[in-house]
Amino acid sequence: MSDKPEVNRARRNILIATGCAGGVATVASAVPFAASMLPSERAKAIGAPVEADISYLAAGEMMRVEWRGQPVWIVHRTKEMLDGVKADDVKVADPKSERKPDELTPEYARNEFRSIKPEYLVVVGICSHLGCSPSDRLKAQPEPFDPDWKGGFYCPCHGSLFDLAGRVYKNKPAPDNLAVPPYTFLSDTKLLIGEDKKA
Amino acid sequence: MAATEKQPVTGAGPFNGILTWVDERYPLMSTWKAHLAEYYAPKNFNFWYYFGSLAMLVLVLQIVTGIVLTMHYKPDAAQAFASVEYIMRDVPWGWLIRYMHSTGASALFVCVYLHMFRAMLYGSYRKPRELLWIFGMLIFLCLMAEGFFGYLLPWGQMSYWGAQVIVNLFAAIPIVGPDIAIWIRGDYVVSDATLNRFFAFHVIAVPLVLLGLVAAHLLALHEVGSNNPDGIEIKNLKDPKTGIPLDGIPFHPYYTVKDIFGAAVFMFVFAVIVFFAPEFGGYLLEYNNFIAADPLRTPQHIAPVWYFTPYYSILRSFTVNFFWIDAKIWGVAAMGVSTLIFFLLPWLDRSPAKSIRYRGPIYKTALAVFVVCFLILGYLGTLSVNEGRTIVAQICTALYFLFFLLMPWYTTIDKCMPEPERVTK
Repeated sequence: MSDKPEVNRARRNILIATGCAGGVATVASAVPFAASMLPSERAKAIGAPVEADISYLAAGEMMRVEWRGQPVWIVHRTKEMLDGVKADDVKVADPKSERKPDELTPEYARNEFRSIKPEYLVVVGICSHLGCSPSDRLKAQPEPFDPDWKGGFYCPCHGSLFDLAGRVYKNKPAPDNLAVPPYTFLSDTKLLIGEDKKA
Repeated sequence: MAATEKQPVTGAGPFNGILTWVDERYPLMSTWKAHLAEYYAPKNFNFWYYFGSLAMLVLVLQIVTGIVLTMHYKPDAAQAFASVEYIMRDVPWGWLIRYMHSTGASALFVCVYLHMFRAMLYGSYRKPRELLWIFGMLIFLCLMAEGFFGYLLPWGQMSYWGAQVIVNLFAAIPIVGPDIAIWIRGDYVVSDATLNRFFAFHVIAVPLVLLGLVAAHLLALHEVGSNNPDGIEIKNLKDPKTGIPLDGIPFHPYYTVKDIFGAAVFMFVFAVIVFFAPEFGGYLLEYNNFIAADPLRTPQHIAPVWYFTPYYSILRSFTVNFFWIDAKIWGVAAMGVSTLIFFLLPWLDRSPAKSIRYRGPIYKTALAVFVVCFLILGYLGTLSVNEGRTIVAQICTALYFLFFLLMPWYTTIDKCMPEPERVTK
C-alpha cells in the first residue's frame, strides 16, 4: 500500500452523484407510506347530508343529530332564551360572528341569533378549542362558572362557555364560536343538515 | 485494535466448554465483563438508584403482558370495547394480564419520574452525561406517545375524548395544523381508522424505537459511567496498579443483588395494587372509560390519566390572547415546551457543584418549589376548572417555567460547598 493513495476524482464524483440520487429516491419512497395515512376513499365518501325531524322538539329543549360523525345540536329557543342571547352580547368575544365567517357561519346565519329562524339554533356541538363536545346548561340560573348565566353550553374539558347562539365567551380557551353547519328547512318540521338551499 | 488471544472460559463448571465455543465466535465474555462483571459503579448508590432498573423491569412486564393482550384484543371500533370486556371476563387469567398492563403503565411512569428526579437531585445530566440525558428524555417522550396511543385502545369515553383533544392539539399549529390532524386521524373525526393505526403505533412502531433508545441509553451510561449521590467522578481516582476506580465496585454481583432486592419490594407493592386497587380510585383506570365511546357526548368531566395531568394543567392555564395569537396556540405551545425544556437542563445548569448535597440554598429552594408546582399542577389537572383553580395553575405554570429559564442565573450566584475528593457514605 502506498502512503497516500491518489484520489480518483472521477470515481468520487460518480459516488457522490449516485449517493444523492439514491437519497432522493429514498426520500421519495416515503411518500406512499405517509400518504397511506390520509383519509381513505371510503372515509371521504361518508359525509352525506342527514335529515332531522323537529316536529316533536318542544320549546326550550334540544336534540342531537349525527352528521359526518359529529354531533349537531338543534335547540328550540324560547322567547326568554332569545332575550338571553341579546343580553349576552357584552359577554361574548365575537357577538356579530365576524371571525372566519366563511368557515363558521354561513351567510344566512350571520345575524344576532346565528340561525335561519330565530327559534331554531343549529350548530355543530364541537368546541373550537380542542374538539370536546360541550354539555348543555340550557336553563338561566346561577352556575358555578357564571352567577349571571343566561343559558348556554359549558365545555367540561377546558371550561369554555358558549351562549344559546353558540357564541364563545370572552377570555376562554376556545377562540371561535361554534360552527353553524350548512342546513336548510325542507318543511316547517324537517331540517336537512349538510346542504344549503341550492340557489 | 490490539487483538488479544482469547482465553478459554473458566469458572463455569460443566459449561466451560460450550461457553468457550461460543466466545470464540461471539463477543460473549467481553460483553459480560464490559457491562456487568467489570463495569465499575460508584459504591455509594442509595435508594434513588433503584428506579432505572425498575423501569426496565416494568418495560419487560409491559411487553410480555402486551403480547398476550394482542392475542385477544380487536382493534376495530365496533369490537374493541367488547373485546376488552371479553379479556376481563372470559379469557383465562385475562383480568390479571390486563390489570398488570394497565397498572404497569402507571408504574412505569412512577419509576421514570423518580428516575428523572434522581438526575435532578444529583446533577446526573451534567457533563459528560448530556447525551445520556437526551436519550433518557427521548425515552420519556416515547413513553408518553406509547401511553397516549394505548389509552385509545379500550375505546371507552375517556379513550375517545382524550384522543380527540390531543389530536386537536396538532390542529392548533398555524396553517398546516388542521391537515396534520386529519392525517393523524386518517379521518375527519376520531374513528375506526384512528383506532386501527393507534394500535399499530402502540404495539409495534413505538416499542421498536423505545427498545433501541433503551439500548442507546445503557451504552451511553456504560461509556461515561454512572454518576453518584456526591456528583463527583470516580474515574478521577484510580488504583494505579489495576486501573479500577478506588470508589467503584463491580456492577455484578453488588448492584445486581441490590436491584433484585429493589425489584422484590417493588413487585410486592405492584401486586397489592393489581389485586386490590387496579382502578386506584379512578386514577389508573378512569370510571368514564367503562362506558363505550360515544362520538356525540363528551363526559361531564374529562381528565387525562395522572401522568399527563401536569402538562394538561399548563395547557388549560392559558386563557387570554397575548398579542395577536390565540390563547389556544399559547396553551398548546406551552404544553409542548414544558416537556421539551427538560432537554436543555445540561446547559441551563451552571452550578459548580453537581449534587444537591453541595449546592447552595437557592437551588435547593428552586428544586423544592418546582416539585411542589409539578405536583399541584398534576393534582389540578385531574379536577375540573374554576376561577380559583385557574389562578393557582397559572402561578404554578409561571414558577414551572421560571425554574428553567432563571436557572443559568441562580445557579451561578448560589453559594455551593466544596465537593469532596472521594465519595462519602
